[in-house]
Amino acid sequence: MISQFLPHVVSERRCMIAALLLSLGMTTTVYASQTADTVTAQEFVDLQEGDSPHAGYRRAHAKGVCITGEFRANGNLSDIVTTPLFAPGVTPFTGRYSIAGGNPYAPDLSSPVRSLALNFALSSPNQWRIAMNTPPVMAVTNPHDFYQQIVAIKKGPEAVKAFFKDHPESKDFMTWRASYSPAGSFSGETYHSLNAFYLHDKQGNQQAVRWKMVPASAAPFDETEGPDALQERLAQQLDAAPVVYDWVFTLAGADDDENNPAVKWPASREQRVAGQIVITDWQPQLEGNCHSLNFDPLVLPNGISATEDPILRARSAAYAESYRRRAREALAGALEGERDGE
Amino acid sequence: MENNNRFPLAMRLLHWAMAALIISMLLAGLAMVRSLEPWQLTILTAHKAFGLLAFVLVILRIAIRMKSQTLPLPSSLSRVQKRGAIASHYVLYALMVAMPVSGYLMQYVAARPVEIFGLFTLPASLTADIESYGLFREIHGYLAIAFIAMILLHISAALHHHFVRKDSVLKSML
Repeated sequence: MISQFLPHVVSERRCMIAALLLSLGMTTTVYASQTADTVTAQEFVDLQEGDSPHAGYRRAHAKGVCITGEFRANGNLSDIVTTPLFAPGVTPFTGRYSIAGGNPYAPDLSSPVRSLALNFALSSPNQWRIAMNTPPVMAVTNPHDFYQQIVAIKKGPEAVKAFFKDHPESKDFMTWRASYSPAGSFSGETYHSLNAFYLHDKQGNQQAVRWKMVPASAAPFDETEGPDALQERLAQQLDAAPVVYDWVFTLAGADDDENNPAVKWPASREQRVAGQIVITDWQPQLEGNCHSLNFDPLVLPNGISATEDPILRARSAAYAESYRRRAREALAGALEGERDGE
Repeated sequence: MENNNRFPLAMRLLHWAMAALIISMLLAGLAMVRSLEPWQLTILTAHKAFGLLAFVLVILRIAIRMKSQTLPLPSSLSRVQKRGAIASHYVLYALMVAMPVSGYLMQYVAARPVEIFGLFTLPASLTADIESYGLFREIHGYLAIAFIAMILLHISAALHHHFVRKDSVLKSML
């Protein structure tokens, strides 16, 4: 129709150009919508790694140690979750202790946050990664504020003070921070799920939960100092006896917002011990099989699903970018010397 | 009469269905590897499930193509142009197969089971291997760039046939 009103040659070219521009335009729109006012996964990981990334290592929690052990389930969750892991019985896991920060050589005792990650390879199509930190709540509720929080931390104490002043939602985090004093070992810390997840029962009901690992027993250790103090103390303890935690679930009440990771749930909420996490052995992180794993908290087994919590969703996306970078570097041989040197 | 000038209906349907699917998947892929937004998980989950669908469709498509009579290229094309046209179609088919295969392999070696529309789950390795992940992840990314370039070339060629050469190549697919 249009060609009837226009010189023929013009309409042909216009159509061709329009079609090509449409294809290109759609692609650039996708990029533009991403870069307008939101932080991308790349920007986030760029910030974490700073100017001198450590090739082949995780961009966050770069320093750690692989662990192995087993979960002894008592069946206390069987009525609210279908995942067979929680039926009475024993399931092996692999995992990782780590400290926050992007430096794989950082002194253990310098880091304000410690982490415990677990991996249950239940069956080939059914796997679960869990990544827990010492704080029970996040200071913020979305990845963009989290980005600004890290910017402030990198700038120094004054910027951090100003950041928290501007973010009243960090109240529960600040309360925890004021009362927290680091344990002398990985085994003495309580580790929290940070975000909430849904458990699904046989009838199709869902229950929002958070969980924590509460120290239940660990052998004594010498207060060795030095850059690898936490790893050395763990090795000493595991030589003597397993490190044990109670796996404690907190069930959300009707008033709790499972999508807000900054607000602590009241202490009156129902808690259930699902069993014990028993850590029996450790391996240097480049030798154990935790090195190859991305502890993406959204790799979930049947019976457990993700909430809409924006921080939880962003953790998965940011971990993927970090994993991609270190995988590319590992492929290029970035860690060969490191392994031989050990 | 008209039937002789057009590709069989099954091939045309598969072509346009897969065109929509593949372009959506490529755009979704470009967006989801950058995004930290809550919808990232939704798009990612859909991308993987539709990836399996695309793989099934391309196998079906290759089977139908091998059984069907395809139309000859216009005789007005030079030998070099004909060779280019044939080669570019081989490359497109290879990409249609390699994209979902590399996508699944990168999930498999990273020990990440792939859930398909909540119906069933594709298996993954029980132990991850980061170097294999690095290999398949990079292959998947580079193939995506090559695919986008080939699709733009393919669209340009179709429009060139229709508007400049004024032959029946584009019409034979409509």
